[in-house]
Amino acid sequence: MKILVCISSVPDTTTKIVFTPDGTQLNKQGVQFVINPYDEWYALVRALELKEAKGSGTVTLIHAGPAENDAIIRKGLAIGADDAVRIDFDPADSYDVAEQIAAYAEGKGFDLIMVGKETIDTNSSLVGGMIAEFMQLPFVSLASKLDVNGSAATLETDIDGGTAVVETSLPAVVSCQKGMAEARIPNMRGIMAARTKPLTVVPVANASSLTSAVKFTPSEGRKAVKMIDASNMDELVSLLHNEAKVI
Amino acid sequence: MSVLVFTEAGNGKIRKNSLEAVNYAANIAKTISGSVVAVIDGKTDAALLAELGKAGANKVLTVAGDAISNGDAAAWANAIEQIAKAENSSVVVFSHDLMGKAIAPRVAVKLKAGCVSGATGIPVADGGKLLVEKAAYSGKASAVFAISSEKKVITLLPNSFQVQLGGGTAEVAAFNADFSAVKGSIVVKERKTRTAATAPLPEAELVVSAGRGLKAPENWGIVEELATSLGATTACSRPVADMHWRPHHEHVGQTGVAIRPNLYIAIGISGAIQHLAGVNGSKTIVVINTDKEAPFFKSADYGVVGDAFDIVPRLTEAIKKFKAAQH
Repeated sequence: MKILVCISSVPDTTTKIVFTPDGTQLNKQGVQFVINPYDEWYALVRALELKEAKGSGTVTLIHAGPAENDAIIRKGLAIGADDAVRIDFDPADSYDVAEQIAAYAEGKGFDLIMVGKETIDTNSSLVGGMIAEFMQLPFVSLASKLDVNGSAATLETDIDGGTAVVETSLPAVVSCQKGMAEARIPNMRGIMAARTKPLTVVPVANASSLTSAVKFTPSEGRKAVKMIDASNMDELVSLLHNEAKVI
Repeated sequence: MSVLVFTEAGNGKIRKNSLEAVNYAANIAKTISGSVVAVIDGKTDAALLAELGKAGANKVLTVAGDAISNGDAAAWANAIEQIAKAENSSVVVFSHDLMGKAIAPRVAVKLKAGCVSGATGIPVADGGKLLVEKAAYSGKASAVFAISSEKKVITLLPNSFQVQLGGGTAEVAAFNADFSAVKGSIVVKERKTRTAATAPLPEAELVVSAGRGLKAPENWGIVEELATSLGATTACSRPVADMHWRPHHEHVGQTGVAIRPNLYIAIGISGAIQHLAGVNGSKTIVVINTDKEAPFFKSADYGVVGDAFDIVPRLTEAIKKFKAAQH
């Protein structure tokens, strides 16, 4: 079984977000970049579990980004992926990423293409569905369980007010969320092995760039918190009704 | 020119997310001097469709097909592509919910359309571009993106705008979509829906949430009573879900469900950054905690320091008194 896991590079959740003076991009100085948590904890780890359970197959990482992102790719290799591909460009949006990943994956015989449910920078949740459309494959979004049986997969996914068990033929694209797997911490052997695992760099002919970032603005913090005396819940109710107007 | 908007019905009414999306599409239609075309499953009760006109649709197109009624995203994308061509749609709008997330990316690729997902502001025209505001970095920033392609896809973050209903009417027609190009299939084997008296978390306007401060799962009675008094949906923090005190679907935060209700009441939750990332879009936040140094107070609008077992029942009483006085 051949599995392709798409990973994105994002600022760590605890990083303070600062933008360049013109507000058009993130000020990357001092920012700790990590593999997008949903890509790492759920998509990558579940892919490794599927390979281990079967006792054969490969897990390939793919990332669209510049050379400075090789560090996070090496981390993915340290966690256990067999090899990696980096598409060498700075994508403008999800469309660019999906178009290039689909172009690379086409005809290479991947049974499963796995992505996280969204990235924690733009929270867009687009790349998986777009890859599926480019490659004309089934797409199961927001899967919390995934098992492979022969040339089909059984998944659990969210529906309104509950969950559904669905079955899809393979190859397919799956976006992964909590429930799929538990995060793995790379061990020293994995880190050493990652240094020599193959990382192929693929050039890009032309990107579509249908959208562009115009301006980022840090969120205004909330106004100072109003403390209410624990003995005066009537006042809290009155504020929620008259001031906040939420009840 | 038109703005196409995907809509759904459920529980005997047009979904709130869909009405928000129609309102939003109507605003875009004003910007680009176009009309609003809503699409909906052909199995929807015809009596409900008038609601789409009230929300701002000029035309409602119903699409029939088993795959459509099963919510198959590939079939829907196929139909929407055909409708967008027939109706000369320059913008296609979805709610940023389960179906929107499944269909919008496919439609964007079919139309070679730039897509902004999770929009929070009404788009502004700039020449042939649309400037669209959305939240970024899990609520730590807002961003404006320009969509420069001829066709544009936008998904609207739920609960960004209040639904406005007017006196508009929409003509209703059936659209015969051709599904012969749809490849692959996803078969739904089983649906497990929870019966709940309140709105599911992603759509809830009022949420009462509790964390480890409640000490044990058997103490959740006071949380449920407060939620019932408000008509709110219950939620919990990650540790509480991980310890199986509460079901996983109640977990709000970065790894769980991200929500943005009008009111979020957090009881006994310290406010870790990963939790805040999932709830900081809430309009009003009330924090109840025994520790006055709990970081959550910095992100709250109203705070109460004290013992939840003492405060929560009294807040419930105060809410009941307020509700009784309103009637």
